[in-house]
Amino acid sequence: MQILNYLSIFLIPFVIFYILLYALLHKKPAFELFTSGGKKGIEIVIDIAPTIVGFFVAVGVLRSSGTLDLICRMLQPFAEACHVPAPILPLSLLKLFSASGSNGLLFDIFKTYGTDSYIGFTASILLGCTETLFYTVAIYYMSVNIKKTRWTIPAGIGIAFFSLLVSSFIAGICA
Amino acid sequence: MLNYLWALMITISIIVAAFTGNMETVCNSILESAKDAIDLLILMLGVISMWNGFLSVAEGSGLTSKLAGKMQPLIHFLFPRLPKDHPAVSHICTNFIANLLGLGWACTPTGLAAMKSLQQFDLEQGKNSTCASNEMCTFLILNISSLQIIPINMIAYRSQYGSAKPMAIIGPSLVATTLTTLLAIIICKIICRKKEKTCKY
Repeated sequence: MQILNYLSIFLIPFVIFYILLYALLHKKPAFELFTSGGKKGIEIVIDIAPTIVGFFVAVGVLRSSGTLDLICRMLQPFAEACHVPAPILPLSLLKLFSASGSNGLLFDIFKTYGTDSYIGFTASILLGCTETLFYTVAIYYMSVNIKKTRWTIPAGIGIAFFSLLVSSFIAGICA
Repeated sequence: MLNYLWALMITISIIVAAFTGNMETVCNSILESAKDAIDLLILMLGVISMWNGFLSVAEGSGLTSKLAGKMQPLIHFLFPRLPKDHPAVSHICTNFIANLLGLGWACTPTGLAAMKSLQQFDLEQGKNSTCASNEMCTFLILNISSLQIIPINMIAYRSQYGSAKPMAIIGPSLVATTLTTLLAIIICKIICRKKEKTCKY
């Protein structure tokens, strides 16, 4: 645990240190480069702002209206047939849309079932092995004005489903 | 697809709310979500600006292209059509590195830069620029399948919620994320071989 703690504390400062050291050794104007990049960073955030607002509203409505619960209930028999524990399905669905939302649900699962139970273990592995599909797709594609996403979403859902099976299976072996 | 998906998400939810009597919570959540989005964006303004600043130092000093050179075989395997010296290659490399190290917010600016240069690559080839290329799909799918080596955040959450062995998930997580990433690569390779971009202007 100690080593990992150190690692997580050291990681970001070390990456920054390395970047700056490299620039110093090559005699490059580090601060000028930083400020011009920082300005572009601000522009990036402003560019993606409407996408994020629109996306957040859609996810908020989807959750508060109970639509997500409804979808979960419809998919539940299917999940049971694949040996996916009941509380894990809503987690994996929410993970498709929202990272903060799925973290909230994860904490509920930790409180109810414990972190080291089979369900807690499955949840821990599951959230580590996929990213929020719709959020990433929306931001990345909207930023370059792509209208046809082609096979990204079907393939992404396929991978999310696979990660659900894999994490329940691996947790079953380990826990 | 995104246009339909977004509009359908909201309209269907409102219909469901009408039947389940959740209209009041929906009404509140619309305003609440818009506010949450801006809270997040303010955080992003600082953090993304900072990361993009450091990343452009790395780019300006030649560090990125040095790393890109080392990762060239991997990038060539995943994106065989991209020429070696195309700017997209170094952007994809920085994005992968940021993902592997779990740098979170550093992934977004690098990912967006990679998407822009992939679109540029499409334009150079004289293709439709509003339609995702196989390279873009592959890049996004790999991002979604998460490449992080050590799930630092998850370990922190676990110990916060009283886990006796918070780090016990490192091994299993690594196996799981390797499997999903492998599947992602296989899926991308198969689809890329079979499907060429066919959208018209």
